[in-house]
Amino acid sequence: MDLGPLPQLVVSGILTGLLFALISVGLTLIFGVMDVVNFAHGEFLMLAMYLTFGLALVGLNPIFALPFVALAAFVLGAIVYRLLIRRLLDGPPSTVVFGTFGLLVFLQGAAQYFFTSDYRSVPNPPFQGTLHLGNVALGEAQLIAGLGALVMTALVFAFVEFTEPGRALRALSEDRVAAQLMGIDVQRMNALAFGLGTACVGAAGALLMLTYPAFPRVGTEFALTAFVVVALGGFGSVQGALLGAILVGLVEVLGGFYISPALKLIPVYALYLVVVLLRPQGLLGRR
Amino acid sequence: MNRTLAVGAMLAIVLALVGGSAAPIRGAEPAEIVVGSILPLTGGLATTGQGLKLAQELARDLINGRQPYPLLMAGKDGLPNLGHAKLKIIFADSQGSPDQAKTVAEQLITQDHVVALLGTYASATTATASQVAERYGIPFVNPDSSSPTLHTRGFKTFFRTTPHDATFSENLFEFMSDVLKKQKKPPVHKLAIVYENTLFGTGAADAEEAIAKRDSYDVALRLPYGANSSELQSEVQKIKAAGADVIFQSSYLNDALLFMKTYKQQSVSPQAIIAQDAGFIDPNFVKNLGKDADYIFTRDVFSLNLKAKNKAVPAINELFKARSPGGNNLDGNTARDFTAVFVLADAIDRARSTKPEEIIKALAATNIKGSDTIMPWRGIKFDEHGQNTLGNGLVEQIQNGVYETVWPFDVATKAAIWPMPPWDKR
Repeated sequence: MDLGPLPQLVVSGILTGLLFALISVGLTLIFGVMDVVNFAHGEFLMLAMYLTFGLALVGLNPIFALPFVALAAFVLGAIVYRLLIRRLLDGPPSTVVFGTFGLLVFLQGAAQYFFTSDYRSVPNPPFQGTLHLGNVALGEAQLIAGLGALVMTALVFAFVEFTEPGRALRALSEDRVAAQLMGIDVQRMNALAFGLGTACVGAAGALLMLTYPAFPRVGTEFALTAFVVVALGGFGSVQGALLGAILVGLVEVLGGFYISPALKLIPVYALYLVVVLLRPQGLLGRR
Repeated sequence: MNRTLAVGAMLAIVLALVGGSAAPIRGAEPAEIVVGSILPLTGGLATTGQGLKLAQELARDLINGRQPYPLLMAGKDGLPNLGHAKLKIIFADSQGSPDQAKTVAEQLITQDHVVALLGTYASATTATASQVAERYGIPFVNPDSSSPTLHTRGFKTFFRTTPHDATFSENLFEFMSDVLKKQKKPPVHKLAIVYENTLFGTGAADAEEAIAKRDSYDVALRLPYGANSSELQSEVQKIKAAGADVIFQSSYLNDALLFMKTYKQQSVSPQAIIAQDAGFIDPNFVKNLGKDADYIFTRDVFSLNLKAKNKAVPAINELFKARSPGGNNLDGNTARDFTAVFVLADAIDRARSTKPEEIIKALAATNIKGSDTIMPWRGIKFDEHGQNTLGNGLVEQIQNGVYETVWPFDVATKAAIWPMPPWDKR
């Protein structure tokens, strides 16, 4: 039986979704632990892409640059938490919204000023071949980025589920007051969560540089999808973010092909609306 | 207060210096011919607008100077038929806004008493400013707006030197059939038209589809897509499934880059990809894609390679570069604005008058040879709508990372490489 382009579309959709997943996991982690919607999440992605680009200029393959970029992003995230987010948390809830949105505007403006609005791609990027499995064509870079995102997401999941600090993070997201009473240091854990969330998006930035150029507004294009994914999968749920992201990737690619590419986001948002109507907490979220 | 004084004093000094150098003291000062120029000098289009201002100033100085260049009206020490009167351009800022363009057009006409208007780059601002000129009966020369709707409004005062988008699309099809004939390649049947779904892409796609239907090509796919996508998988799958011989594409930079990467990933290798400039002529296109940018065809309005046609091109480019703060070369926009000032000066000179109706008559009678300009055009001659009928675009192909002119053949720097090699054979 000839399935036509269907297998190709499914594979492309899943790979696209995996990258969305890594970006979204960071966002959902931050939200789950401290109830903060970080509007500047996409801008951390942008900074990570520029850092990867800079490292590529001195000859470092984005894949090898990934640990450094993720680490740098972790440190940056922790610093931003200490300097900015911690203070915002003292105000009314809307302070955080405006604060992180302000950070978005600031980081975009700074990038525009320092890096100009030019597009930057890794020179002579690695993994430019295409693998053919039957009718399915797989870009090597796309495949590596997708699998890399899957591995990173799995690592984050393992960290949150099976380690001591991970348990503390989960305890905080389940019951803040009780966790504090048990002797969990909220400030440290918040900084850890924010750093970890930023590290995820940092790793995603390094992987994304295999297939996508860096420019000051690049974060916005991915952050919007990440917000949908997080709401779809359930705020604060790592598995939910993974599931939501793959769903979004599949629906976007299949919808684009069988309906019309110009309307490809409509099925995505339709799915999102249906899920939030029937399960306001998201697919795998807790009430 | 002190600061205001200091700024005022500096302004006075600058004005004195500029005035001193521009108007040498003579016994009998020749009269000035004052024209107005409306450009987006601030706002989102400011980078382009400032460049256009420099280009018009350079043209003005060449017309008013004595240094001869093989260009119409250059080095004649002003307008000879009007007692060597000097051309003066008053610049006004449209801010890229149609309303503002209208307001400043009105001011230039009623307060500065300009005899003609130039401008305004963006089609939307040209539409409103030229309307004011039409009402006052003042000639309006438009160097650089490409919307096909501008010259079909029945205006008597509107003259456009640049070809418009429908002509450019026509050129792409002429190029395709010319090149296939010349290289004795089999004719092409199946086309895909891929475009971003705002005004630019839709307009280009409409023009392309109309020509394709008229010339009985098979448009296998007409694919609009939303600009600034984070992935283009479904778009490229549709294109792949259509199996077209040639892809006609209109995309801004971001999408152009992502399309090329996805084409490569999915081994989409048509005979040719023919683009409507935009993202495909952005300096970032080749910088980001490296050798993967090769073999793309794109239209352009100007090229520094045109020295084959007019020896003045490199010299003019050097003059322009020296004045440009970023050391920019002349490009399609600045070259067109540079040229339009000559067209207007020539008309005023032939009119032997500063009366708007005489200048309009002279403009209508314009007949300039392409070789007297720096443009790739066959010439400048207006039809009854005020549209230049002798204009044409260029087709370039990226070969080894360089934009080589491949059409029209008489100004070509390289032969077109057709078909483009498949991705795995590069």
